[in-house]
Amino acid sequence: MENSILKKTEDISIVLCGKAGQGIQTVEQILTRLLKLSGFHIFATKEYMSRVRGGSNSTEIRVSSNRVSSLLNRIDILIPFSAAALGHLKKRISNETLILADKEIIADNEDNKYLNWIDISFSGIASDIGGAIYTNIISVGIIAGLFKVGADELDHYIEQFFSTGGKKSVEKNRSAVQKGYEIAQELLHSKKIQIDVAQNADVSGEIIINGAEAVGIGAIAGGCNFISSYPMSPSTSVLTFLSRNAENFNLIAEQVEDEISAINMALGAWYAGGRAMVTTSGGGFALMEEAVGLAGMIESPMVIHVAQRPGPATGLPTRTEQGDLQLVLYSGHGEFPRIILAPGKLEDAADLTHRAFNLADKYQVPVFILTDQYFIDSYYNIPSLNLSETHITQYIEKTDHDYKRYRLTKNGISPRGIPGYGEGLVLADSDEHDEKGHITEDLDLRIAMVDKRLAKLTGITEEAIPPELVGKKDYKVLLIGWGSTFHVIREAMENLGRVDVALLHFKQVYPVHPGTLDYLKKAERTIVIEGNATCQFGSLVKITTGFDIRNKILKYNGIQFTVEELTEQVKAILDQEG
Amino acid sequence: MDTEQFDMGNIDMAWCPGCGNFGILKALKSALVETGIQPEKLVIVSGIGQAAKIPHYLKTNIFNGLHGRALPPATGIKAVNPGLTVIAESGDGDMYGEGGNHFIHAIRRNPDITNIIHNNMVYGLTKGQASPTSQSGFITPVQVNGTNSEPFNPIAVAISLDASFVARVFAGDFEYTKEIMKKAITHKGYSVVDILQPCVTFNKVNTYEWFKDHIYYLEDNYNPSDRTEAFRRAIEKDRLPLGIFYIHPGKPSFNETLPVYSKETTPLFRRELDSEKLVGFVDSKRTA
Repeated sequence: MENSILKKTEDISIVLCGKAGQGIQTVEQILTRLLKLSGFHIFATKEYMSRVRGGSNSTEIRVSSNRVSSLLNRIDILIPFSAAALGHLKKRISNETLILADKEIIADNEDNKYLNWIDISFSGIASDIGGAIYTNIISVGIIAGLFKVGADELDHYIEQFFSTGGKKSVEKNRSAVQKGYEIAQELLHSKKIQIDVAQNADVSGEIIINGAEAVGIGAIAGGCNFISSYPMSPSTSVLTFLSRNAENFNLIAEQVEDEISAINMALGAWYAGGRAMVTTSGGGFALMEEAVGLAGMIESPMVIHVAQRPGPATGLPTRTEQGDLQLVLYSGHGEFPRIILAPGKLEDAADLTHRAFNLADKYQVPVFILTDQYFIDSYYNIPSLNLSETHITQYIEKTDHDYKRYRLTKNGISPRGIPGYGEGLVLADSDEHDEKGHITEDLDLRIAMVDKRLAKLTGITEEAIPPELVGKKDYKVLLIGWGSTFHVIREAMENLGRVDVALLHFKQVYPVHPGTLDYLKKAERTIVIEGNATCQFGSLVKITTGFDIRNKILKYNGIQFTVEELTEQVKAILDQEG
Repeated sequence: MDTEQFDMGNIDMAWCPGCGNFGILKALKSALVETGIQPEKLVIVSGIGQAAKIPHYLKTNIFNGLHGRALPPATGIKAVNPGLTVIAESGDGDMYGEGGNHFIHAIRRNPDITNIIHNNMVYGLTKGQASPTSQSGFITPVQVNGTNSEPFNPIAVAISLDASFVARVFAGDFEYTKEIMKKAITHKGYSVVDILQPCVTFNKVNTYEWFKDHIYYLEDNYNPSDRTEAFRRAIEKDRLPLGIFYIHPGKPSFNETLPVYSKETTPLFRRELDSEKLVGFVDSKRTA
């Protein structure tokens, strides 16, 4: 219908949805950068099906006057590229949602109840230009136009973006963008759409990255020079990032035959002086487990990035969940120490991955970076990454003639030599071994070796990263979260507008920081928020501290919490007992 | 030749008296000495099994990892430090059964390592079950009616994948085993040496005598660069040929395909991160 009006300030949620293959990702890639360059705060995240063509995939782009970094349920502007898109997003479309679509798409959808829409002849314009493949680029022009991105900047960006596709492609995409831009100008002129989001010159100079890039940059900062992995959604983008940058940063990136090979090869790399990591998800990590134990036994450093997705088995391959904390915590048979880190912010992801390499090297243990699909695939702008404090600490010792790889020490750390550096020999053995590294069945020595390995946990715990408290110190209600939910919980908390509510966020989930119990005891009410069905972190906190977190908000449908739903759920708990 | 620099002295060894492993160990030490490899610059990687204990019985750097997983760490070791000589050595169960997938892909990847397989056609450490190379009809406590699977043919598989060096020897022939080992170790690229070996405890079929009756040596005028002929010899069953079946000279090794070694061969642990470059990279995300 043609009387539609959208009047919106500060924070606009735009969703584009279509079939896989309709170019939603291209739109996301162009608009996030373009709008950020124009001085808008940007957040973008995608949800997609496990298929190459068809289905319904969507991207949410938040454009705001203030910093934004979490998923909303609300949609202010929706551009559906298929009729199915409307059904797919049914629960998120409200009377306030303005839909920009071909009238056929509105007519074809099963519910056919949407009143607030503007007919835009995407298919007609696209076919005039050269085919349906330009539909997505028309939408880029529309959104850029609605936010009054400079016509020249837009044109220049499009030219650059499509430059590798040849002259013809550049021209056609330019004209698609131009058409979209003109449509936006008409919409603004007729006041059908009024948007007032403040721009900020400082924002245009900020960086915009996603979780995968943050992990990748952190790895390079930590001195990573070897990655061997097997592609698996949603972890692959870290492998892609490091492969693309391998030449530039002197690292070896190898796609191997399976995950078992990946981690065993990476262990070989550490043994010979490399700084290696693997990236994987769910089932791929399950295959790596035996070698996690190998790292434990041969006391090898290892950095393992696990991007969680819903399981068991193949589960929901492209969706998100925080369901593998306990898997990672107990992975590998036998008893040995490990460290589990779980970034909540992009800055954390870079910093923690960087630290992971130093911690792994120092304590000669596996260190996990636990993310998830939502975290890996979400973009937003941040001022920068603090790399000035980047330091790579290499704990390699030159060996002498009598070198013993597993020398018994009080803190459990035996100086680590590598083959070919010094006069000594370096022995690694998956069997229980003596100080030199040879197989042993001396059962007293067995005890000494187990104790030595576990002794490292003391130092690791002392060095644990404390949880981050957001809110006032004299809180009465404490929300507890870990990993990727940081910003969603934070924004939900802000929506509540209560000064007595604080968030305690853990970016190191194991070992749990010794100060945790004090935080929990101080609260009158505690609520743990997790993206899984069995409250895995809550259980770990109970095991570690004895504290039983009373209220739980758990979600496991494969989609991250939205700010609105979390706000409501926390509110409901708080209202219950007033 | 004196192999003292690799000798462990009087140690307790887990092999059965009369085991072919002793001869293989002796041949390996001699081959290493004769090729001039220093113990400090060598790493022997193994998996699990009786053969996989071999690194513990000579003085060098060792990585005795998981069952079936010797080739991935061997590849990783050579990749980060090209200055090391790397040998991956285990039994037929380890390399062809549990680690079969890695065997296939190591050939494709072509790391500059030597893969030595003690092939006694039976499982020793788990006490006498069939191995991937057990001959059809081989009766064991598990395969009570005899194995019904076709034996795995590592030589044919390696040649079909265009492996860069493929050889088979017999543990009973010390000199020949040693000479082929030397060639395999000095070969650039992935080399596989399958060693036929009796198991005196669990294989009562494929004995020293049996092997002597069922092997022959590739002729002096045999041409190892003829891949079709190599394959034809590889699939012979009645009498098993010994020697270098196939060589693909000049095939680029894994390290040679890696950009990190396009300009220099310095091991990675001696290199430093260009922090300024990384800061510049992050800064590029401001405008990109």
